Amino acid sequence: MAGKKYNTPLIDDLEKGPWPSFVTEMKKAAKNNEMANDALGHLEKCYSTKRGYWKHGGIVGVLGYGGGVIGRYSEIGDEFPGVAHFHTVRINQPSGFFYNSKALREICDIWDKYGSGLTNVHGSTGDLVLLGTKTEALEPIFAEYSSRGWDLGGSGSALRTPSCCVGPGRCEWSNYDTLDLTYALTQEFQDELHRPTFSYKFKIKSSGCACDCVAALARADLSIIGTWKGDIKIDQAEVKNYAKKMDINAEVVNMCPTQCMSYDGKELKINNAECNRCMHCITRMTKALRPSGERGATLCMGSKAPIVVGSLLSWVIVPFIKLEPPYTELKELIRKIWDWWDENGKPRERIGEVIEIKGMRSFLEAIGVPPQPQQIKEPRKDPFMFYTDADIEGFKAKEAEEKKTGKYKF
Amino acid sequence: MALPQRKTDVGPPHYKQFLPPVIQKNYGKWKYHEVITPGSMVHVAESGDKLWTVRCASPRILSTDTIREIADVADKYCGGYVRFTTRNNVEFLVSEEKQLEPLMKELKSKKYTIGGIGPRITNVVHTQGWVHCHGACTDASGLVKSMMDELYDYFTTKELPNKVRLAVACCVNMCGAVHCSDIAVVAVHTKVPVINHDTFKNMCELPTVIGSCPTRAISPDPAKKSIKINEEKCMYCGNCFTVCPPIDIKNPERDGVAIVVGGKINSLRSNPKFSKLVIPYISNEPPRWPKVVAAIKHIVEVYAKNARKHERIGEWIERIGWEKFFKLTGIDFTFQCIDDFTFMRDTMRTASTFKW
Repeated sequence: MAGKKYNTPLIDDLEKGPWPSFVTEMKKAAKNNEMANDALGHLEKCYSTKRGYWKHGGIVGVLGYGGGVIGRYSEIGDEFPGVAHFHTVRINQPSGFFYNSKALREICDIWDKYGSGLTNVHGSTGDLVLLGTKTEALEPIFAEYSSRGWDLGGSGSALRTPSCCVGPGRCEWSNYDTLDLTYALTQEFQDELHRPTFSYKFKIKSSGCACDCVAALARADLSIIGTWKGDIKIDQAEVKNYAKKMDINAEVVNMCPTQCMSYDGKELKINNAECNRCMHCITRMTKALRPSGERGATLCMGSKAPIVVGSLLSWVIVPFIKLEPPYTELKELIRKIWDWWDENGKPRERIGEVIEIKGMRSFLEAIGVPPQPQQIKEPRKDPFMFYTDADIEGFKAKEAEEKKTGKYKF
Repeated sequence: MALPQRKTDVGPPHYKQFLPPVIQKNYGKWKYHEVITPGSMVHVAESGDKLWTVRCASPRILSTDTIREIADVADKYCGGYVRFTTRNNVEFLVSEEKQLEPLMKELKSKKYTIGGIGPRITNVVHTQGWVHCHGACTDASGLVKSMMDELYDYFTTKELPNKVRLAVACCVNMCGAVHCSDIAVVAVHTKVPVINHDTFKNMCELPTVIGSCPTRAISPDPAKKSIKINEEKCMYCGNCFTVCPPIDIKNPERDGVAIVVGGKINSLRSNPKFSKLVIPYISNEPPRWPKVVAAIKHIVEVYAKNARKHERIGEWIERIGWEKFFKLTGIDFTFQCIDDFTFMRDTMRTASTFKW
């Protein structure tokens, strides 16, 4: 393609060295694509002046959707007309980021026809990101992808594209079907995903165990972490095999956070009642140790990055929930959560911040979850607390009952 | 040519069609896995069936040419099946053992970077940076490339006490789980923004702008039909700029990066934790950011030398104490390291039991 050839000495340097180079990728795309070519020149300018030139997103999108496309324009579009509009299109990835070659080629063929040929596989949210196209190409892009069974992901103040770990697809530790749950929730909440009506973004991420390969606990408003209720089953023959290649006491027993294990050189023992299911021993001795009994997940909520008032990690809301199709209990709970957030959240307040402002009690009562010690690290240390009349009546009723039975119930 | 008929709300394609037959057969019935090399592992099902995975790094920004090449390789050795990880690695899914060596050979000949499994540095979660974001105060892709060229061996071969998760955020919005990484680079503004009062009244909503400020540094300026920023309160987070473009916070000479360490996501041994600030500022030095790269490499090496097996960076630091971390690394302890935002109460030392 006869495009302007940019002199790019600074970013050319990033083609050297062994790690795969994004500049090489941009150049590959630039060979046949004017937008990608101008993106190279544009980036070199950023490197030489040490600042970015992208403007805020404008309102662009496809008919009937309020999200899925991030508007992007350059301040210096005159100098680099190929990136004057350079919008992002988010394609909702399949659960677990599984593809086949046919699907990948289909994505590429459409994208080459209408866009820059540049992608992120994948973006932070989990979507397959198509990087850079013009406003007039958005409807054709949507028609081409959606007619072949692909849909846009979420953006803005909406449900963001749910994502999950590899789960039962390729992992022995998954306590529920993360792939199926993610697919089911994405389908159930299509309207919430495509048409932003929330106070701010809402992310759902699902990990099959406490290893949390999808970083749900750190960045999802609803973090679904797989867990179990039964004992860890021990295969003592395999323990013997591990003993040949590792120091079981140093690497496993002594690193157990609850000190619930012991190993005398012959037999490994676990006091399961004291286990907090952190996964360390299981990941170190996966052939020898397996969870058993009831499987499900812990629902945690609230995590987010620092904007606006500091980062949060999700905290426990529901200590244990069974997760089996059609996931009715979870779906209903999510709707109750959104209703409460809708009532109480101001614009750009994530749900974790709203729970902080309004208090756990307001939130838990609204969604019908009782207070439980599993939800906290420690009880409050100040004496400033709310009592409702009903609370006091309840305490008094209990005392009246005690007087009758002669037995205290604390 | 006429466009095909658009459809709305179809959602993503069902994942099942993308699962290789061996996964379909053994779905949810995996028994264990073993790491074979730093870039390959095998999962064994209860049925005895096996699935091999070969992991390669990607630069996250991929051209369609490269994606097609990945598809071609997958066709040749994997029945067409491939997946990606949350950290932007490509995973080739091999159902027949005899395809494993030829696949690795072809990937090597095509200069793919194979590795990232086990107690190593895997791919770096990062954001769009100057490549595509309006709020970026650095370029994430360039930083990642520079860091990983230097730390390459820790992806392909060398072992560490445990995994080291690196991340780069090009502003404090921190797309991705940057704030819970073993070592993360977060780009920062360091100067109070400049307001274009002429365009403010047409482009911005006063209450939204005032509400956007986490430190309540913004107040109305009725005479100018604009706002004022209290310089003593502003912490340069840039949230006002996000909601109001006439507030210009970009400053090429003052924008730079900070380094935070000791975060983790998983619950293994100890609970998930945030990364904490250790280096408050390093200037932007494109295209290679040599001081940032040197700082990260130094922290990795001090960790490798001092931590116990299986300790993550944050666990190692908690065991030895932060005062010891600063001593061992020789990093200057600065005022910025003491929280004066929201977490001060939780982060002060309330005992005299520290190390000299």
